[in-house]
Amino acid sequence: MKAFDNYHLPTSVNEALTLLAQYDGRARVIAGGTDLLVDAQAEYYEGQRSHFDALVDVTFLADANEIRAQDGFIVIGCGVTHTQIVASKRIQQTATALAEASAVVGGPQVRNVATLCGNVAHALPAADGTVALMALDAFAQVSSLQSHVISNQWKPLATLFKGPAKSAVDSTREIITALRFRPLGEHEGSAFARVMRPQGVALPILGMAVKVEIREQRLAQVAISAGPVAPIPFRAKQTEEFLRGKILDDELLRQAAQILTNEAQPRTSAHRATKEYRHELLPVLLKRTLTQALERAR
Amino acid sequence: MTNLNMTVNGKPISIEIEANEYLAAALRYKLGLTGTKIGCDEAECGACTVIVNGTPVDSCIYPALKAQGAEVLTIEGLAQTWAATEPGVATEPGVATEPGVVTEQGVVTEPGSVTTPALHPLQAHFIHQGALQCGYCTPGMLMQSKHLLDHNPNPTTDEIKVALKDTLCRCGAYVAIMNAIQFAAEEMREPNAARQTVIPNLPATKAPLDVIGKPLPRPDAIAKATGAAKYTDDYAFPDMLWGATLRAKFPHAKILKLDVAQAQALPGVRAVLTHHDVPGSKNHGLIYNDWPVLCYDKVRYQGDAVAIVAADTREIAQRALDLIEVAYEPLPVVDNPVDALKPETIIVNDGTGHGNLLKHIHVEKGDIDKGFAEADVIIENEYHSPFYEHAFMEPECSIGRVLENGRIEVICGSQIPYEDRRQIAAALNMEEREVRVRGALIGGGFGGKEDIAAQIHVALLAKATGRPVKMLYSRHESLVSHPKRHATVIRVKTGAKQDGTLVASQATIYGDSGAYASLGDKVMTRAATHAAGPYAVPNVKIDCYAMYTNNPPAGAFRGFGVTQSAFAVESNMDELAHQLNMDPFELRRMNALRIGSTTSTGQVVKESAGLLECIRLVEQEVKRQRDSNLQSPVSKLQSWGFAAAFKNTGLGGGAPDKSAAEVEVFEDGTAEVRSSAAEIGQGLPTVLAMITAEELGLPYENVRVLLSDTDLTPDGGPTTASRQTFVTGNAARYAAKGMREILAETASEYLDAAPAQLTFKDGYVSQNGHKLPFAEIVKRARQENRPTRYLHEYFAPATKPLGVEGDMHFGFSYAAQAALIELDPDTGETHVLKIVTATDIGRALNPLALQGQVEGGIMMCLGNALTEEFIVEKGKVWSDLFAKYKMPSIKHTPEIVSFIVEDEISAGPFGAKGVGEISSIPTTPAITNAIYNACGVRVRRLPVDQDALLLAMRAGKLET
Repeated sequence: MKAFDNYHLPTSVNEALTLLAQYDGRARVIAGGTDLLVDAQAEYYEGQRSHFDALVDVTFLADANEIRAQDGFIVIGCGVTHTQIVASKRIQQTATALAEASAVVGGPQVRNVATLCGNVAHALPAADGTVALMALDAFAQVSSLQSHVISNQWKPLATLFKGPAKSAVDSTREIITALRFRPLGEHEGSAFARVMRPQGVALPILGMAVKVEIREQRLAQVAISAGPVAPIPFRAKQTEEFLRGKILDDELLRQAAQILTNEAQPRTSAHRATKEYRHELLPVLLKRTLTQALERAR
Repeated sequence: MTNLNMTVNGKPISIEIEANEYLAAALRYKLGLTGTKIGCDEAECGACTVIVNGTPVDSCIYPALKAQGAEVLTIEGLAQTWAATEPGVATEPGVATEPGVVTEQGVVTEPGSVTTPALHPLQAHFIHQGALQCGYCTPGMLMQSKHLLDHNPNPTTDEIKVALKDTLCRCGAYVAIMNAIQFAAEEMREPNAARQTVIPNLPATKAPLDVIGKPLPRPDAIAKATGAAKYTDDYAFPDMLWGATLRAKFPHAKILKLDVAQAQALPGVRAVLTHHDVPGSKNHGLIYNDWPVLCYDKVRYQGDAVAIVAADTREIAQRALDLIEVAYEPLPVVDNPVDALKPETIIVNDGTGHGNLLKHIHVEKGDIDKGFAEADVIIENEYHSPFYEHAFMEPECSIGRVLENGRIEVICGSQIPYEDRRQIAAALNMEEREVRVRGALIGGGFGGKEDIAAQIHVALLAKATGRPVKMLYSRHESLVSHPKRHATVIRVKTGAKQDGTLVASQATIYGDSGAYASLGDKVMTRAATHAAGPYAVPNVKIDCYAMYTNNPPAGAFRGFGVTQSAFAVESNMDELAHQLNMDPFELRRMNALRIGSTTSTGQVVKESAGLLECIRLVEQEVKRQRDSNLQSPVSKLQSWGFAAAFKNTGLGGGAPDKSAAEVEVFEDGTAEVRSSAAEIGQGLPTVLAMITAEELGLPYENVRVLLSDTDLTPDGGPTTASRQTFVTGNAARYAAKGMREILAETASEYLDAAPAQLTFKDGYVSQNGHKLPFAEIVKRARQENRPTRYLHEYFAPATKPLGVEGDMHFGFSYAAQAALIELDPDTGETHVLKIVTATDIGRALNPLALQGQVEGGIMMCLGNALTEEFIVEKGKVWSDLFAKYKMPSIKHTPEIVSFIVEDEISAGPFGAKGVGEISSIPTTPAITNAIYNACGVRVRRLPVDQDALLLAMRAGKLET
């Protein structure tokens, strides 16, 4: 059973938002659809008969398929697929964590259509792309119609999530039209790592991304994001604060891991992972990502 | 409706589609391009991969309108992309004009020349390397591979693994696929060089005869590689309706009320049927007639069928299901076999008159108490294994239609066509002669297509509507409804002398057979009779309880119960070796079954027992590698583990094990061999064509194979128990011999020699330098009014039931395997790096197909150990999507070093015995034993749970 009747392929943001407005809540945004359409089917099997009159595809919007440099940021349009991210030299070099995270999302055919903006819109706390973007202090451009005029607002990524699979962006009226973040420069490095379970759902047991800046051997800046360790994508602020300005060695890493294990709140997810296992993995991934990011920063 | 314009395989097309249609459906049902397969409808398996504007996508959930104006390449257009680069070779692009044209014959597999220039190098090398078996994943696999080679002309195996990560092959042909891609890449890098037929690097086997023993490609390989191969859903008929099934809402409930009025009133609905509309037997079942065609008094599992609908479209049929009102009174749910046996537990199914007990199986030999009294060491443990899913790539599909004379025809992919016919006839209250079952190609079975799925339902609906009706299960429906591998609880106690001699082996096995019997009785019998392992143990006592519960039924699944007991017994054996401080190879060798040994059921092994040789070969290879490969990464733990196994060939246990085959010869010098035995990817048509060709002295290409049509082919019996090569192979061999004798009568007159002196070879009959073409002999035989068909009904050597003195089985296959694993001590993640395997299969009739079975079995059992678990919670299936049931992908594929042991069995065709299951049995314990060797934790519960493993390691626990 299909969860929708009509399928629209607008070519401008205005057209897309106008379509959404016309359907007045009975249509929603779709990008690659590899989560949305499969989830709708799964819900149907659960007995839910949620239905949309239409889906509004935003992958054919003008310039939506571009990765470009603009105003000191890397800007990723809402049609950009994970495959494009992985292949982008610019992202490989200046946002390595994002390239690494995007490379492990789904399989090749899924990455060929699934978009990074869609990954963010799905609002899963463990979404690989989102975990990497959180460490990169990314912003999302949310476009909507305000009294028939397009409003484009850049919002910090962290403000987009309300709960697991609950986005603050209303996909029946708003579109995440782009993402942006500052490319990493000299003395900066990033890395992503995750642990999967070979059985059951293809959601990470734990994913982690780290961005560091090194000044005179010290961690001048540290950003650590992980998921799922909270209902929404998570930044390990206390661990970051603790590490800032220090020189990394085994003892510091051990202490940082301790802080991280205290501030992250992983839960047991049925058929996926126990809380205890996730706690064991936190220090492991911290070491792997931090070491790797540092190496890249040097 | 809206218009979709695109270019498909180079041709512009314009079709009317629904706006919510997906590309795969549009290609298949609107354009008749049925080469693109749908495996899951959830972007998990990759079978539907097509290339849109140069990018491979999962077309099953790709909205068709996204392809507006796009260039789409499907499997039907693949060869043409290569031909287009070669001037002078033109092929017809693959846009079928008439979707669903059906021929009146069954599945005929015709050999063709695999050097056909019209094939893309990938197609050609997939065929040569044995990279396709059931063929259902092949189109998607080829399209994804094409894209890889377009962008990477010389990929490494790691790069191939990345590219094909989510393009799944349940037959497990990954090693061959990787080889094929690399050979194709080589050819494509040298486009002007002639195509080389690259023979794969196969294990050494005996010198071939004229045909037997050669690594020949499958007769259906070209059809499978080009998308021309037809599976059930690839057929369509004019005015065909779509069927749908209302499944139970509860795992256990009384049906209080059933009202279909609203559903019947929905426009487009042509029939809604309930148990009231089943004119004949209300139940079906292979051995026990205990499974309602449509539930009448109560439902016993979530997948139970309550009502069926036929409607103009699939959507309407689905919508009608929502309108059927059923009032239930939920009953307590029995969710495990141990509780099921307790006297206070509610009875789920009284199919056998013993409450929830489907069967108590008792195996006894010697004196178990005396045995343990003599033991110096006793190891006792409890093992758990979950349900497992076959996950054949092709979901079940059936088409029913009323033939002109009122007979009913059902087209389906069945492992037992004649059993389908019997059960359909019984339910419809018709004579068996009034029912025709035609087998389409089958996209994998592994035991999961032995029971009735929709065969009876489509027959009922076709009869009710007078129109053809197709039922195609979604992956979800397939997962919740068909029988699984039994979940088991196995307690094993093993006693040995200090020197390692086994003196006693005891086991208590609980098998969860779910709501209906299916083949549960037989499966658990096999689990029990093999529960002492492939060893001669003087004192044995096994008690096995096959139980009814409210879980999905459990039945046949490659390994047939032995997969489960082998895990338990081989884990105990490994622990015993450690306790005794003995070499695990030596412990097995000491106790291994050999000529003169007596099995647990009292059968004396008289011939064809190659286990010792299997152990020797694996030990030698592992020790060689261990000596030369001491270097391992410091951060990961690498270790070897070892296990051995045996598995019966054939039904055994006193069941008459027979098969019939017919051979017909033609004046064009060809022959056709016919039998209703299923090709589920294992390569039966290859073997039958080879045997027939060998006996008639014909080139392999001159033999066609017709399978699975109850009107046209004699009964080959069930495709189960690794039996078809043996029984139908023998039937074909004797039929061909019979035919040859008749032709020899004719030939002897012309060649002036006694019939027995004639040589049939290479398409000629000869004697002393004089020869006549085979075709000419057939012509003359016909002129002489001699028969040109020969039917042979073959009976395998008789066996005895369990508990009766004598041979329970006419033969066993044996295997030994070692696994090299790498365990990440920080995360508990386990990867299999290498499997060394030796398999005794009697005689390698086709080393290529054999390799496919060996490697595929290993991949499947690797999944059994590491990736798969069919989860059911209180009778509700959790693993109801492919996204929640992970089979091994190409990235899990280890290096496989294979040895073949050919310890011939006298009654087998050319000495062959079964191979389908044996290779899939020892892999799991070899892996779990390796895990113990790596980290000191025993895995008692499958699958290996990295979470529990790491926590056990951290806590210093010895088992998980």
